[in-house]
Amino acid sequence: MSNLLTISPSPHAKGKDTVKSLMSGVLIALAPAFLFSLYFFGIGALITTLVSVISCVLFEWLITKFLLKQTPHIADCSAVLTGVLLAFNLPSNISPFIVMFGALIAIGVGKMSFGGLGQNPFNPALVGRVFLLISFPVQMTGAWPKPIESRWQYLDAVTGATPMSYTELGKVNLGDMFLGGIGGSLGEVAALALIIGGIYMIVRKIITWHIPVSILVTVLIFTSLAYLTDPEKFANPIYHLLGGGLLLGAIFMATDYVTSPMSAWGKIIYGIGIGALTVIIRLWGSYPEGMSFAILIMNALTPIINKYVKPTRFGVVKTK
Amino acid sequence: MEFKTFTIGGVHPADKKITAGVAIKPLAIPATVTIPCAQHIGAPAEIIVQKGDKVKVGQLIAKANGFVSANIHSSVSGTVKMIGPVADVSGYTKQAVTIQVEGDEWEETIDRSPEIKHNIDDFKPEDIINKVHDAGIVGMGGATFPTKVKLSVPLGKKAEAVIINAVECEPYLTADHRVMLERGEELMVGTQLIMRAVNCENAYIGIEQNKPDAIKYLTDLSAKYPGIKVVPLKLKYPQGSEKHLIEAVTGRQVPSGRLPIDVGAVVDNAGTAVAIYEAVMKNKPLFERVVTVTGDSVKNPGNFLVRIGTPISALIEAVGGLPEDTGKIISGGPMMGKAVTTTEIPVAKGTSGVLILPETLAHRGEVENCIRCGKCVDGCPMGLEPYLLAALAQRKNFEELENNHVTDCIECGCCVFSCPSNRPILDFVRFGKQSVMKIIRARKK
Repeated sequence: MSNLLTISPSPHAKGKDTVKSLMSGVLIALAPAFLFSLYFFGIGALITTLVSVISCVLFEWLITKFLLKQTPHIADCSAVLTGVLLAFNLPSNISPFIVMFGALIAIGVGKMSFGGLGQNPFNPALVGRVFLLISFPVQMTGAWPKPIESRWQYLDAVTGATPMSYTELGKVNLGDMFLGGIGGSLGEVAALALIIGGIYMIVRKIITWHIPVSILVTVLIFTSLAYLTDPEKFANPIYHLLGGGLLLGAIFMATDYVTSPMSAWGKIIYGIGIGALTVIIRLWGSYPEGMSFAILIMNALTPIINKYVKPTRFGVVKTK
Repeated sequence: MEFKTFTIGGVHPADKKITAGVAIKPLAIPATVTIPCAQHIGAPAEIIVQKGDKVKVGQLIAKANGFVSANIHSSVSGTVKMIGPVADVSGYTKQAVTIQVEGDEWEETIDRSPEIKHNIDDFKPEDIINKVHDAGIVGMGGATFPTKVKLSVPLGKKAEAVIINAVECEPYLTADHRVMLERGEELMVGTQLIMRAVNCENAYIGIEQNKPDAIKYLTDLSAKYPGIKVVPLKLKYPQGSEKHLIEAVTGRQVPSGRLPIDVGAVVDNAGTAVAIYEAVMKNKPLFERVVTVTGDSVKNPGNFLVRIGTPISALIEAVGGLPEDTGKIISGGPMMGKAVTTTEIPVAKGTSGVLILPETLAHRGEVENCIRCGKCVDGCPMGLEPYLLAALAQRKNFEELENNHVTDCIECGCCVFSCPSNRPILDFVRFGKQSVMKIIRARKK
C-alpha cells in the first residue's frame, strides 16, 4: 500500500450510469426495431444502417481530431446512436452517398460545429434527416420499398407510397401498422418494436415517461377531435399514433437528452408542443409527415423552457 | 406494512450495511486522547483546564461559549498533557485538549448501574434542557447542532411532533441501527424526555425498511410508551436529512430558509435520544459514542463504543488494520462523509463511522461533457437544478444563483451520484452557496 490517501470532497460514491451505458442502453432499446426492419427491408436496411453508423463515427473522429484538435470520444457511443437514428429515418433503398452526406451534416453541422456532445441545440440525426429531406425530396419520400417483397433488393427495391400520404390512408391494415408490414423509413415501421424499446428505456431509467407520453396523448386528443368533427376528411387517430415517424420520434428522437428540457414539467410542455405541431403539420401542412419539424422547433424552444419552467422546489411556495 | 417517504428527488445507493449484525463492543481506551473544543456547529467551547491538571472521566474541560455552543467533557481520566491546535476532520487545525490516560476514574455523580430508569416525571422541562446543555449534547447524526437549542422551543412556536431520526440513510453506517437494537429502552425513555422538554404528546421514530429487526423491536416496545409511534420508511437517500424526514413522516415541507419548528417538528437523532437519556437519568455527559468502522476489504468490520478523542488509528487497529488496497479513509458515510488526511484525526461527537475505501473506489471518474440528461435535476431532493447552479457558480453569477435557491442545497451529493459524466457539480455548488451566503450576511448587517 502506498502511504498516500486520496482526499476529495463528498460524495465518495457514484451511481452506475455513465455516458456510454446510457447511450448503449438506447442502442439496445433500438435493437427490436432494427430486427423488424431487417425482416421487412432486409439487405437495404442493413447497408443503409451500416453506412450511416460508420460515416457518423468516422466524421466525428476526423472532425474532433483534425479540426478541433481534441481527443475523440467515439467510444461513448453517441455517434453510433446518431448514425442509427439517422438511418432509421431514411428509406432503405436510398443511395449510400446520400446517407454519407446526411451523416456529414448530422455530425459536422448538427453536432460538432457547436462543440460536440452536449453542446448542440438540435437533434443531430434530425438535422441530417431534414437536410436530406429538403435537398433530396424525391429520394427521401418518392418511393418507399415494399416490406418483405423488397427484402433481397437494395437500390432497385419494389416501392409503394407511405400510408401517411392521404391517398393511401384507410387502405392499410392496422395490424400491419402495429407489426410493421407497411412502407416507410426503415426504423419507423414496427410500432410494437418501438414501444418495447420505449418501455425498456423507461424501466432502465434511461428516459422518463414524460416526453413520449405527453406527445402521444396530445396527438391522440387533437387527431380525435379532428376525426370527430369530420371523419371523411381526417384519418382515424390510431393511424396517426402508429403511422409515420410518430413513435420513433416520440420515444427515441424527442427524448434526446441534449436537446430536451430538464425538469419534469418542462418535458411535458415540450412534449405537448411536439404533439400539437406534428398534428398541425400532418393535417394542414404540405408534408404528410410533421414529426421531424415539430421536434426541431421544440428543440429551439428548449433553452427558454429551461429558463422559465423550474422543477418543483422543496419548501418553496409560489408567490405572485 | 405501509412505508412512507419524501416526494422530491432522491437516489438509491447500494446500502452495504455489512456491520448490521455486529454487536457494539467497547473499544479499549487509548494511551492519549485529543479532544477538540469545536465539535459542534457554533462557537468553539472555552477551555477551562490547564496543562498538568488532573481530570476524571466526565469532567467539564471546556465551557459552552454562547447560546449556540456546547460543553466538552473529558472522556478519560488522566493528566492534561497539551493544549493547542490540532487538525480535525475538516483538515483545519482547532484548539484541542490532549490528555494522557491514567486509569479509568469516573466522576462520582455519574450513575454507572445498568438499571434502566423511567422516572421522567421527576424532571421539569427546564431541568431536562439544562441537563442536556450541561452534558454537552449535540446532534449525533453528523450535523452536530447543539441539542439544547433544538429543545428550546421559541416563544410563539409549538412543537406538534417529535421525530427521532433513526433513518441512517448513509450506506455502510450501522451505529444507530445497533443502538436501536441494543439500547431500545433507553431510546424510548430518551424520546419521552424530549417530548416532555418541548411539551409535545406525539413522537415518531422514522426507520428505513432495510432495518426490519429494528422496526419490529421498537414497534413492540412502543406499546409500553404512549404517544411514541414507529414510522417505517422506504429506502431512499437522503431520507435522514432533517427536512426530508419531516416530510416523510408528517407530510409537511419546511419552508425554504426556515427551521423545523416552523412546521411544528423537533428532530433528534436516535443516538442523541440515548445520550439525552444518559444525561438526564444517569448524569452522564456526552463523552463516548458508537462508531461504525467498516469497508468492503476490512478484515473484521464492527460497531464500537468509543471515547471522544480516540484517534481513528485505534479504531482501524480494532478491525484488523488498514487493508492492503486502502485508497481513501472517510469519517462518516460515503455520501456526505469527509475524506481524512491522516489516521490521527480524533473521534468527535459527530463521528458516526469510519469507512475505508479501496484504491479502486477512491478516485473520481474522468470528467466528460454534460449531456444535459437531467439526472441531477431528477435526483435533487430540494428540487434544484444542480447543472445550472454549477454553471452559474463557475461564472460567479451570484445573483442568479440566489434566484435559483442555491442556499437551499443540503450538499447531499445526489447530483454527483447520478451524473453519468462524473462532473464535480457539488464542488461548484458549494462554492456558489458559500459565496451567496456571505453576500446575504453582508446585506443583513
